[in-house]
Amino acid sequence: MSNSNHSSRRGISRRTFATGVAAAGIIAGSAPFNIVRAQAKSLKVGVLLPRSGVQAGIGQDCHRGVEITAGVLKELGLPSLEIMNGDTETNVDVARSRAERLIADGAQLLVGAFDSGQSTAIAQVAEQRGIPYVINIAAAPPITEQGYKFVFRNFPTAPMILTDAFANQLEIFKIAGTAPKTAVFMHVNDTFGTAMQKGFTGVMSKFTMPYKVVETISYDPAARDLSVEVAKAKATGADSLIMVSRLNDAILLTRELVKQRWSPTAVLSMGPGWYEDQYLKTLGKLSDGPMSFVPWYDPNKKVSKLLEKALAKAHPGINLNTNHVYTFEALLVAADAFKRAGTADPQKLADAIRATNITDNVSTGPGIQFNAKGQNDKLKNSAIQNRGGKLVAIAPASASNAKPELPMKPYDKR
Amino acid sequence: MGLPIEIYLNVAASGLLTGLVYGLMALGLSVIFGVVRVVNFAHGEMMTVGMYVAILAFATLGIDPLVMMVPIAAVLFVFGYLLQTGLINPFINRPEHSQFMLLVAVALILVNLQLIVFGPDSQGVRTSYSFDSYAIGPLIIDASKVYAALAAVAVAAALFAFFRFTLLGKAIRACADNYHGALVVGLNVKHLYALTFGLGTACVGAAGAMLVAITDVTPTIGPAYTLLAFVIVITGGLGSMPGALLGGVLIGVTEALGGLLFTPSAKSMFAFGILVLVLLFRPQGILGRKLS
Repeated sequence: MSNSNHSSRRGISRRTFATGVAAAGIIAGSAPFNIVRAQAKSLKVGVLLPRSGVQAGIGQDCHRGVEITAGVLKELGLPSLEIMNGDTETNVDVARSRAERLIADGAQLLVGAFDSGQSTAIAQVAEQRGIPYVINIAAAPPITEQGYKFVFRNFPTAPMILTDAFANQLEIFKIAGTAPKTAVFMHVNDTFGTAMQKGFTGVMSKFTMPYKVVETISYDPAARDLSVEVAKAKATGADSLIMVSRLNDAILLTRELVKQRWSPTAVLSMGPGWYEDQYLKTLGKLSDGPMSFVPWYDPNKKVSKLLEKALAKAHPGINLNTNHVYTFEALLVAADAFKRAGTADPQKLADAIRATNITDNVSTGPGIQFNAKGQNDKLKNSAIQNRGGKLVAIAPASASNAKPELPMKPYDKR
Repeated sequence: MGLPIEIYLNVAASGLLTGLVYGLMALGLSVIFGVVRVVNFAHGEMMTVGMYVAILAFATLGIDPLVMMVPIAAVLFVFGYLLQTGLINPFINRPEHSQFMLLVAVALILVNLQLIVFGPDSQGVRTSYSFDSYAIGPLIIDASKVYAALAAVAVAAALFAFFRFTLLGKAIRACADNYHGALVVGLNVKHLYALTFGLGTACVGAAGAMLVAITDVTPTIGPAYTLLAFVIVITGGLGSMPGALLGGVLIGVTEALGGLLFTPSAKSMFAFGILVLVLLFRPQGILGRKLS
């Protein structure tokens, strides 16, 4: 005790001095690293995708978009991105915890997550932590209606998809000279499906559609068997199907249509599933005919060609699609903002994203800009049709490369 | 709602056929619990193993999943036997929660191994009859479901016959009835337990081979089948073999008709509704024995 008092009276002991020198040395020594970090050449981007679980197929497909991004960014003269992958396991709670984890591990910007429910959870985390989040694919409108300052979406909302879908359908029916008279609307009951269902009637009423929706059927996207759903739809006597689905259920539904000997004159899809490569490969000639009204890409744009080339090299035989395009564009937004901001500081990065004006892009429409809510409201959709294992664009006329085939060839005549 | 009667008949027939395959899957769970008194929390995951083996055989050798049913059952039998001998037997006299955790761990390992080996994409087989259906009057019945259901009934009948008429089957039943009595008369109980576990996993493997003809598989679908098997055996009566089949049919038909009458997205709600009713009014299950 007396020694201690004695020491304190003396002021700084030899040990304290040595500790202080060591601490100063560490701080001084690490300072150059701080400077290096502030001027980093790459941005750490946490990419959250459902790479396992029910949406695994689509999550893996989105990841192909991540894989081909680096080369294209280099060709465009944009800075490289350091990708940190996170698997949401097609689960909202896991998506939230993976987002937290990626931020804790140093992610400076988040991208993802294909699904509206998972994206909503990630948006909450990003906003709380003040980390910019660029949504690749998610259509539920509320995500960009919360007044968030760090959340940006370069993907159309459900009403935007529906509006373009009905407009494109009218164009197709006019070109084909025929149209369905009645339809059953089937949709998955997840966040995306429910958002589309809520907007469907309201948006449809703004158009003079030739068909009447006679039944609406919702179902679980994880269902193992969809025979009841198809039996119920068939019993209505409708001549066409309007779908909002995912991948696995689109395959299951097509199988049931064939087994239950029901060939609608048209399958009009307003979501993923029916144009995916796995759908085309699994069902072969039975995959021909469905039309998808989806956010797509303009094949005439320069960057589209670069992306097609990169995908063909990395994954021969796979068609470029929505998943690759919009995942790539989310990363393009990140790289572009990082270049302009010159820093990974979250606030400055978010400000740079808000000021984005990319016209040299891939998706259909004038380019990438965000409104005050963080939504790109300039995006346009296309209509595509499955033909012989390939996808052709059939509307709008300005971005099409084929005429629509309507009615669809019956399944038993293939 | 005014739907034609043939729609109800079609949907009920589809539910019945699927329910029989579900019943065979649950039969394995019921047999294991009835004899070994261990609840197999990796049951659905073991079925996905059977499904993947069937897919592999179809993709590489072109062998029909229903033909692969017997070899897959044999492979799963060996797997179950070794699992019981090497891993579960030491846990037989430990607290139940230890057994639960052990089998949950086995389930997690199986799911992750399948993810590593087969990837997360859904996979299935496309046989020559995959898209066939039979038209019987107004009924249109899925050919794959008919074959799978017939195979399920045949396997269940063989299992009933084994337990009822063979000496080995009677010895296993003796173990289930009186563990200490079986030891006293000199039965090798641990070997019989391993045989029983093997039979249970063989059942679920065969069910997997049948199911892959009806639906696709992903590694993460296993837990949903485990839960379904639990619902079926609790409804039919845990430990009762006829109860498992009856439970399967009941759940299959209820889900199908419930989905048709109300909303398809609430199909599983009806299965759980039946479960709640059974637990309330007949806790031992429809064909289960009341515990003293």
